[in-house]
Amino acid sequence: MAKKMISIWFFIGLLLTVYGVLILGAGIYDLIVPGRHNVVLRELHAGVWWGALLIVIGIVYLVFFRPKRTGK
Amino acid sequence: MQNPGSLMSLNGVDMAIVALYFVVVLAIGFYLKRFTKTGNDFFMAGREMTSWVAGLSFVAANLGALELMGWAASSYQYGILAAHWYWIGAIPAMLFLAIVMMPFYYISKTHSVPGYLQLRYGNSSRSLSALCFGVMTVLMSGINMYSMALVLKVVLGWDIHFSIWVSSITVALYVALGGLLSAIFNEVLQFVLIWLGALLIPIIGLIEAGGWGNMVAKIQQNFQGDYTHLWRSIGSFSDNPMGIHWTGIVFGLGAVLSMGYWTTDFLVVQRVLAAKDLRSAKMAPIIGAGFKMMVPFIVILPGLLGLAVMPGLVGEAEALATGGHSYNEVLPLMMGRYLGPGLLGLGITALIAGFMSGMAGNVSAFATVWTYDIYKPLRKKPLSDGHFVSVGRWCTILGVLVSIGTAYLVMEFASIMDYVQALFSFFIAPLFPTVLLGMLWKRTTSAGGFWGLLAGTVSSIGMWIWVKVDPSALRIIALSPGAKAMAENMYRGLWSCLICAGVTIAVSLLTKPKPESALNGLVRSCTVLPSEKHLTLFRRPAFWAGVVFVVFVFLNVLFW
Repeated sequence: MAKKMISIWFFIGLLLTVYGVLILGAGIYDLIVPGRHNVVLRELHAGVWWGALLIVIGIVYLVFFRPKRTGK
Repeated sequence: MQNPGSLMSLNGVDMAIVALYFVVVLAIGFYLKRFTKTGNDFFMAGREMTSWVAGLSFVAANLGALELMGWAASSYQYGILAAHWYWIGAIPAMLFLAIVMMPFYYISKTHSVPGYLQLRYGNSSRSLSALCFGVMTVLMSGINMYSMALVLKVVLGWDIHFSIWVSSITVALYVALGGLLSAIFNEVLQFVLIWLGALLIPIIGLIEAGGWGNMVAKIQQNFQGDYTHLWRSIGSFSDNPMGIHWTGIVFGLGAVLSMGYWTTDFLVVQRVLAAKDLRSAKMAPIIGAGFKMMVPFIVILPGLLGLAVMPGLVGEAEALATGGHSYNEVLPLMMGRYLGPGLLGLGITALIAGFMSGMAGNVSAFATVWTYDIYKPLRKKPLSDGHFVSVGRWCTILGVLVSIGTAYLVMEFASIMDYVQALFSFFIAPLFPTVLLGMLWKRTTSAGGFWGLLAGTVSSIGMWIWVKVDPSALRIIALSPGAKAMAENMYRGLWSCLICAGVTIAVSLLTKPKPESALNGLVRSCTVLPSEKHLTLFRRPAFWAGVVFVVFVFLNVLFW
């Protein structure tokens, strides 16, 4: 395995960022247009802060584990 | 749109999240194919994994169908007693693997557990172990597949055949393309998704219940019996909902079944063998143990919260008769209760990821054992490394196809699902003393290892048949006529382990051992292990094993 491999954490960061954007978007839409989904403790708006958290974690992984231009 | 009869429905965002997951796991498989040219790359992930990747993969390979859905349901049925399977039923064994057994697996450079048996005992023990393992992995993989399809049918109303074929083709593709490397990478991804998808349930559930104290009070209001203590109620078979005694938990589960599973089941051991050096190989199970201790938070706690906020769930048969909900559905019911749009998609993705990581783990381990321990010994001519990589790729496809067949078999005979724990007691419990005596006692002979393993396996299957034919035999095997299936498995595992150890020792004392020079790197007293004195305290595996063990003791005392 001589070639430089992209870290798995980079893929995870990428997926979490996209998931975060989708979940945050759905959460904000639910905030603006309420009443479409009846989940318990809906007023916590878990989608908004959980989506934001995923974006933060995702970006941290993307930055720390981004593929380096100059390999070994 | 909600399918008729399903528990919930996914909207466009949820569907996009699920679809994106399939795209990414396949993309990882295609990307990693270029890095898997040799047998070492394909079957051992190049032995280049860090302790963190190997450790997370070690735990994720075990987070299959039974873990997520099954143990959440078990905690609704049995209460916190189900957490024993995560603590005493896992942590001591994982630490034992790291500190005592891993050096021999790693130094011997074996590619598999049957491979170690070949080095220590010869071909007969290897072949017996490989065949048993092959049968067990294919059955387990099929059961995983069927469980996932069943969950998706119940929860979302998806067609069972669609779910089986889409998930199995995905797993077959990414494992066949990237081998163990691809399986490990995806398992780490799946582990992260399982946590992020399931973590909100206990968080929001605890807010709704009003904290741990109020949750316990509500459970006591809703149900009679002790559902929230780990040890207090198991002094007698009849005082707890599981019908088990502490001796079954400590000796059957803690000392035999979990030791057997976590130290000799190649499905999990393979992940650790892929570590880049001995220190990483020892650290991987310790890191895995740290995360394993926390899994009850996302699996057991939702079941307990269900007891507090959703009383009234019943057994499968009663649910079918009355049209109510079964406690087997407690996890998806909790998802539907708390997770709104987007989050529900992530929760469902977590479930699918759990099922697929279990399936991929079985398939990648099956391909290795089949190629190296069954196919290779049958070929007398020397063959190229590339040939074995091709065989491994085809074995992966073959393993998935056989698993699909098993999934359809399980569908026809649903009671096979009940035999999962029994499979472990047949094939894993007797393997533990065979490997352990081989590693720790130089007097153990090839004949002793083979006959002990055979006697343990045959006696375990024999005890199972005995109880099926004559149910009154339960009071002899499980020490109580009131013992339930779970307790029976624990005791059957214990007896088969003792029989295996007894036969191994007796036959070894009557036969000639190998010379010590042939046991270097395989047996403790014949091997000089690398010193760790040059490492600082915080880099020593033994230190971190001690930290994890202290936390394990603390948790048991806390929930006593």
